[in-house]
Amino acid sequence: MMLLEKTPAWQQFETGAWNNQIDVADFIRRNRTEYRGDDQFLAGPTVATETVWQQIMNLTSEERLRGGVYAVDASTPSTILSHGPGYLNRELEQIVGLQTDEPFKRSIHPNGGIRMVNDALEAYGFQADPLVTKTFSEYRKTHNQGVFDAYTPEMRAARKAGIITGLPDAYGRGRIIGDYRRVALYGTSFLIAQRKQDLQDRGGFLSESMIRDREEMNEQIRALQELTELGQRYDCDLSRPAETAREAFQWVYLAYLAAIKEQNGAAMSLGRVSTFLDIYIERDLQTGRLTEQTAQELVDHFVMKLRIVKFLRTPDYNDLFSGDPTWVTESIGGMSEDGRSNVTKSSFRFLQTLVNLGPAPEPNLTVLWSTKLPRGFKEFCAKMSILSSSIQYENDDLMLPIYGDDYGIACCVSAMKIGKQMQFFGARANLAKALLYTLNGGMDEKLKMQVAPKTDLILDDVLDYETVMAAYDRQLDWLAELYVNTLNVIHFMHDKYSYERLEMALHDPEILRTMACGIAGLSVVADSLSAIRYATVSPIRDADGIAVDFKIEGDFPKFGNNDERVDQMAVDLVKLFMEKIRKHSTYRDALPTQSVLTITSNVVYGKKTGNTPDGRRAGEPFAPGANPMHGRDTKGAVAALTSVGKLPYEHALDGISYTFSIVPKALGKDEPTRIRNTVGLLDGYMGGTTSKGHHLNVNVFDRETLLDAMEHPELYPQLTIRVSGYAVNFIKLTREQQIDVINRTFHGAL
Amino acid sequence: MTHGTIHSVESCGTVDGPGIRFIVFTQGCPLRCQYCHNADTWEFGCGRSVSATEIIEEAESYRSFFDATGGGITFSGGEPLAQPEFLEAALREAKQKGLHTVIDTAGSVVPKNIDQILDYTDLVLLDIKHIDDATCRILTGRSNANTLAFAKRLAERNIPVWIRHVLVPGLTMTETFLRQTGEFIRTLGNVERVEVLPYHQLGVYKWEALGLDYPLADVLPPSPEEAADAQTLLDSYLSC
Repeated sequence: MMLLEKTPAWQQFETGAWNNQIDVADFIRRNRTEYRGDDQFLAGPTVATETVWQQIMNLTSEERLRGGVYAVDASTPSTILSHGPGYLNRELEQIVGLQTDEPFKRSIHPNGGIRMVNDALEAYGFQADPLVTKTFSEYRKTHNQGVFDAYTPEMRAARKAGIITGLPDAYGRGRIIGDYRRVALYGTSFLIAQRKQDLQDRGGFLSESMIRDREEMNEQIRALQELTELGQRYDCDLSRPAETAREAFQWVYLAYLAAIKEQNGAAMSLGRVSTFLDIYIERDLQTGRLTEQTAQELVDHFVMKLRIVKFLRTPDYNDLFSGDPTWVTESIGGMSEDGRSNVTKSSFRFLQTLVNLGPAPEPNLTVLWSTKLPRGFKEFCAKMSILSSSIQYENDDLMLPIYGDDYGIACCVSAMKIGKQMQFFGARANLAKALLYTLNGGMDEKLKMQVAPKTDLILDDVLDYETVMAAYDRQLDWLAELYVNTLNVIHFMHDKYSYERLEMALHDPEILRTMACGIAGLSVVADSLSAIRYATVSPIRDADGIAVDFKIEGDFPKFGNNDERVDQMAVDLVKLFMEKIRKHSTYRDALPTQSVLTITSNVVYGKKTGNTPDGRRAGEPFAPGANPMHGRDTKGAVAALTSVGKLPYEHALDGISYTFSIVPKALGKDEPTRIRNTVGLLDGYMGGTTSKGHHLNVNVFDRETLLDAMEHPELYPQLTIRVSGYAVNFIKLTREQQIDVINRTFHGAL
Repeated sequence: MTHGTIHSVESCGTVDGPGIRFIVFTQGCPLRCQYCHNADTWEFGCGRSVSATEIIEEAESYRSFFDATGGGITFSGGEPLAQPEFLEAALREAKQKGLHTVIDTAGSVVPKNIDQILDYTDLVLLDIKHIDDATCRILTGRSNANTLAFAKRLAERNIPVWIRHVLVPGLTMTETFLRQTGEFIRTLGNVERVEVLPYHQLGVYKWEALGLDYPLADVLPPSPEEAADAQTLLDSYLSC
């Protein structure tokens, strides 16, 4: 640390452990200024902000006119140094840097898979480059090719049938958060020196894993050097720490930019930067270098850059993850281990971008909610949710004891200690389809193909709960093993062919890895099992004995009504599948976890799954995430929240997503009441004694608005809604997904 | 164990008392209000049978929401006072568990155990259907005498009351009637709030489903200005 002792960058900061080792959390704890007031201090947009934002809006509508992609450089695979510099508005923009040399021009990332790149180019009317195709087919193997070399026939069948879907086997896995703040706090020279030291420490007998570590570390060092050079192109000396707030924003952004130039990961999340950056803003406010207006301008311009992150992806991919999401997730607020909150004025300033620039899906603004947060911040969050439907909330009181006070959310609901933990993203298993396989001897009900090992059909006239559960348990054994095996293949190959050099350079040398499995169709299965147990369910079979439909007589309890009989079934399912996952060994000794999260793929899962014993029709979407099935939660919002809150977070450490939509009137008669009740819903949901919710998307609007936006998309360019774990521009959803959103339960006035 | 019959519950009520409330809609009502938006709760003898204990246990599972907003449980209907044993038992259990209790009533029936019921009631939402007895009979099918007497009893016991009054053009929305209502409210002394509820037609489909003719089919809802004027007028009797 000798290197930095006298750096002007650290003047006026309280010193501590962070001076002698990389420890951003310690820096934040010692230096942040908690803010407990209200939103009165906030500033509106400057003329420069309005001008640049208008430019972006114009480009956005032009992009839509061009069919979804504005321009692509199809011949230059993207690397940290492949493109640029590029500017949006060199005179006015406070934060510089673009993914290519032009705003909205996308680039290609063939390391994940060349076919995905070429399919995407073709779908949007661009020519694939023959040289790139040849290079990544003949000379340079991709992640996708590696995976398919190792896949077994069973894995291919499971993938085709959709019992496991959304696997990151043809594109970048994402869900890794580089600690981009380290570049601002320490500068790249120091980070490189540290990593060189780490490398020296790994000598002696070189085991296979040691060899891999050494190779990876040298790649990381190279990536940091390239980042430094990227900075030079924009006249920024990233080798040294940032000295001002503007530099701190710029350094963080360029580090993030380097990551997204190198990787087209499914989710390229930002971490937890607002309170970190607030420390620099506070210092500059004190010295008069900044005013509230110019501080807000920095935030607005930084956020504008995050809003225009673009990747080239196929329309198929967008069916799964619709609306062109990038999951630039920024985690805001939460409590600190020192007992005070992490709320600063910049926590407000980041949310204020929803006013200054209007609502938007990105960055994916995620408030780490604690019942102990300052009242003023809680109320401001509620106000912004009611205004913009652009915020999601995750339970800091649940997460802090596990992850400490410097974790961030990757993608939608996946918590990880920043710079100390990463995950192997694992898509999800379709538990509803597995239930049908149980009845049908492992035969896929749609493809009429043997996917799971052949077992006896359950041929009872009326389904018996005990019989079905015993067989389902065995079916899930098979599924869990196949699933973990498949993920092991994928992540082995991703490390080998598409390693995240820069993101991993911004992690500690020793990290915790999680193998983040997931499940879909939880409420479908819980309701199906409840129907089998409490009503009379008779399968209707085709000539081959496959149950293609079900006759249901009598009523049965449904998930989402705070009815213990079925809620407990959902709880048990989460636990049961997690225990099965835990039995298997994982690549790089990753810690197995799971999520109850579907993103928007609940629509595709539904499409691929036949009639289910709960009365759901074939092709009908599943409920998203952990949501109750549409229209079956008849006791109102609080009962539904209470049901979902019972799902055990300790068995779903990768997150439990619940998307909640309510009409404004149902929150109360006037704005103060609506704000108070929204705060109350969050506090009540997350702060219950027996039911503690993990995640909540809050949407506040009338169904009529959505119907009108379907007919007149041009009038709603910024209409944003929260779906499972992220937000989208409503008009970018497919029509099917729009209808799915509209059909979902809107908690309404009586 | 005391049982009652209920029509349904709503776990996220935000308009029937303070905060977020668990609303229990009891089944059965002696009134036949021409504008009723819950005509499906009129009939006695149908609905779902529940015990007071199970209802209060469910309410208790929402305690974190109540604590966060100053909410609690509200008995609405139907007419909750038409099931007095159930109501008393449920309210008693609610108070034993420290829940805030509200009854939303028209006060048209006065059960024998009314004093015991009120012992466990924190707030009454009292719907004065009509201040004029003759018009009240037309509007609801019954006299308003019980309601007005109930209002006075609540005043004597000093139980907090929110008066509710549905504003119907041609029926209640006349200055004379509104002033008479205001004068009555002024005499009480325990009224914390008056809520003017503009008449709406959102419940008409229920009349149709029940095969009933909707008597106010030609009456349009009051304008927002008319509703605001009525609210201001009634509020003026509260402040003095």
